[in-house]
Amino acid sequence: MPSDAAPAVESPSRSGTGSGATPMVKFEKVRKTYGDLVVLDDLDFEVAENEKIAIIGPSGSGKTTILRVLMTLVKPDSGKIYVDGRPLWHRENNGQILPANERHLRDVREDIGMVFQHFNLFPNMSVLRNVTEAPVHVKGLSRKEANERGRELLDMVGLGDKLESFPAQLSGGQKQRVAIARALAMEPKVMLFDEVTSALDPELVGEVLNILRKLARDTQMSMLIVTHEMNFARDVADRVVFFDSGQVAEEGPPSEIFTEPKEERTREFLRAVLDY
Amino acid sequence: MLFGIEWDTSSDLAFAISIIPILLRGMWITIQATALGFVIAIVLGLVFALLRMVPLRIVSWPVAFFLEFVRDTPLLVQLFFLYFVLPEYGIVLPAFLTGAIALGLQYCGYTAEVYRAGLEAVPRGQYEAARALNLPVLVTFRDVIVPQAIPRIVPALGNYLVSMLKDTAILSAVTVLEMLHVGRIIGDRTFRYFVPLTMVGGLYLILTLISSQIVRFVEMRLPKQGIPLK
Amino acid sequence: MENILNLLPPLLEGTWVTIQLALASTVLGGILSFAAGIGKLSSNPLIRWLSVIYIEIFRGTSLLVQMFWLFFALPLLGVTLSPAMAGILALSLNIGAYGAEVVRGAIQAVEPGQYEAAIALNMGKTYTLWRIILPQALVEMMPPMGNLVVQNLKDTALVSLITIADLTFRAQNLRNLTLDSVPIYTLTLIIYFVLALIMITGMRWLERFIAHRVGVAQGRSRA
Repeated sequence: MPSDAAPAVESPSRSGTGSGATPMVKFEKVRKTYGDLVVLDDLDFEVAENEKIAIIGPSGSGKTTILRVLMTLVKPDSGKIYVDGRPLWHRENNGQILPANERHLRDVREDIGMVFQHFNLFPNMSVLRNVTEAPVHVKGLSRKEANERGRELLDMVGLGDKLESFPAQLSGGQKQRVAIARALAMEPKVMLFDEVTSALDPELVGEVLNILRKLARDTQMSMLIVTHEMNFARDVADRVVFFDSGQVAEEGPPSEIFTEPKEERTREFLRAVLDY
Repeated sequence: MLFGIEWDTSSDLAFAISIIPILLRGMWITIQATALGFVIAIVLGLVFALLRMVPLRIVSWPVAFFLEFVRDTPLLVQLFFLYFVLPEYGIVLPAFLTGAIALGLQYCGYTAEVYRAGLEAVPRGQYEAARALNLPVLVTFRDVIVPQAIPRIVPALGNYLVSMLKDTAILSAVTVLEMLHVGRIIGDRTFRYFVPLTMVGGLYLILTLISSQIVRFVEMRLPKQGIPLK
Repeated sequence: MENILNLLPPLLEGTWVTIQLALASTVLGGILSFAAGIGKLSSNPLIRWLSVIYIEIFRGTSLLVQMFWLFFALPLLGVTLSPAMAGILALSLNIGAYGAEVVRGAIQAVEPGQYEAAIALNMGKTYTLWRIILPQALVEMMPPMGNLVVQNLKDTALVSLITIADLTFRAQNLRNLTLDSVPIYTLTLIIYFVLALIMITGMRWLERFIAHRVGVAQGRSRA
């Protein structure tokens, strides 16, 4: 039985449990603390292929940390994370579990993309260059291929006429659409959206959310969306996760969570954000 | 022999130990020159900074030019200028005094800039609020502007103090017996430059480390919002 | 007037030496700035400590002490440098240590979000430093670098004390010959001032050029 003989690192994810399909993302007892503050409290959590998940919850509940740990921006204290069956923060060598090195991280990061709250565009590069820089230098695409693909993506987000502009010349909503195109250009299997509309003026939120809706509808990527936009979460998500004090407090399809939440905490939170 | 103190050249270690008291004499001159030069620099800098703010171009422009000139030309040449030119006009000063004046002159170009930047860093709204309350100009500066500018000005001045400390070595060029000159003389007389010059370097390192720690300590003690007035 | 015409040729000869010294030490010092500034942020402790020690020693002692040490003390260790070598080396090492702090500061001033974006795009560390972070830091470091270039020009006057025939050295010689202190030193100061103004203008131009090339000239709001 090769799967029995395989080291513990590989088996749980590859062989899967229950449904039999390999989850795209799997958290196993992931813990992260900052001093006394527990941000992720032995979190167990799975995301299926092509699943769109909205993560909601009070601020400071650790929602963003889930994404940052997954993007390898923050190292968890303990626990294991698998992305498409591959361990993220550790690697395996002759059956031994070792912490991930830079090479391993770069390897697994290929599957993950992220869009940030504050865009983090490269201010010194044109819009097109922002989108093509990594495809050319990380994925090894030719400049021509990358430009073509970049144009398509920028067209898709409605910025086909801004290729030569620089980030400082764009509105917040336009910047965020460039950032989305930039992340898409790497063709990740999992895309992380970290409060992507929180830094925008209210009238610019719609243009960004519409693109996310389109992506959710038309692509096969798994999407993890941390958001405060409840209506949007209801529209777009297959599953809504209510996150509180470092744990998944409640989860389920939007129809359930938003209409008949079981947990008192969830009810309280929804009451606070929906009736102001 | 220097300052009546003999050195012992029997071994490097003995030599090093024997010249410590001589180098410390030089260090004392270094510290004095820095102190005097710094006092001249902060007073002269303040005078020039204020003159530069006079709303008469016939005053402010020449002052601005002078400050730029002083900042952009070498201290060593300024020092030679004072050392050789002043006596031609009947002003004969000891080399130490000429040196301290040269340091003060070069650095007043920097300190004037520090005062100006410190005053400009106080938000415009503070001037406007003072105007709206009809505060007299003098009170506006004394109670509103200057107390808020001080936490920005003092650390910058402190950094120039440390910088000036290092520049005192240049006074050796006009025979001031500060640390480097003393080390150089010991080298000239014994043909052993390595030990005294390395020790002078070490002493400078100690002096600058101590003085920058003091500057940092003072900086941390300064209230960021300005000197509180009750 | 005739007096000044007689003084000018030797002073201009010295000026040429000063210019060469300033250019050579600026270039060498610039290279050292980047090496030590980046080195201080290295994850390799050996490189980091070497950079810190270099920076602290050369910022913590006088340039003139460093120059004398290279010129007088080093030969006793068996390494004899020509005056020009000792002068250029001392100037470069000194200005490089100050420049290293400028480089380090500018790199650290780049927003953390830029590193995060580079990680999210799976860029390597070296690539991130050279292609994402440094171009942005370069714009930031130009104004303080401009000050250091002028500082370095002024510092070149110290080489006259180790017998290099630069502008200051020529001025000293002329004074010893003619005792004509006022015109000699006035002229010398003016020449230094003009050189400084040229360098300031040059650095401003370079600053604008880099800002334009790097592409943030369009205005620098948060990207």
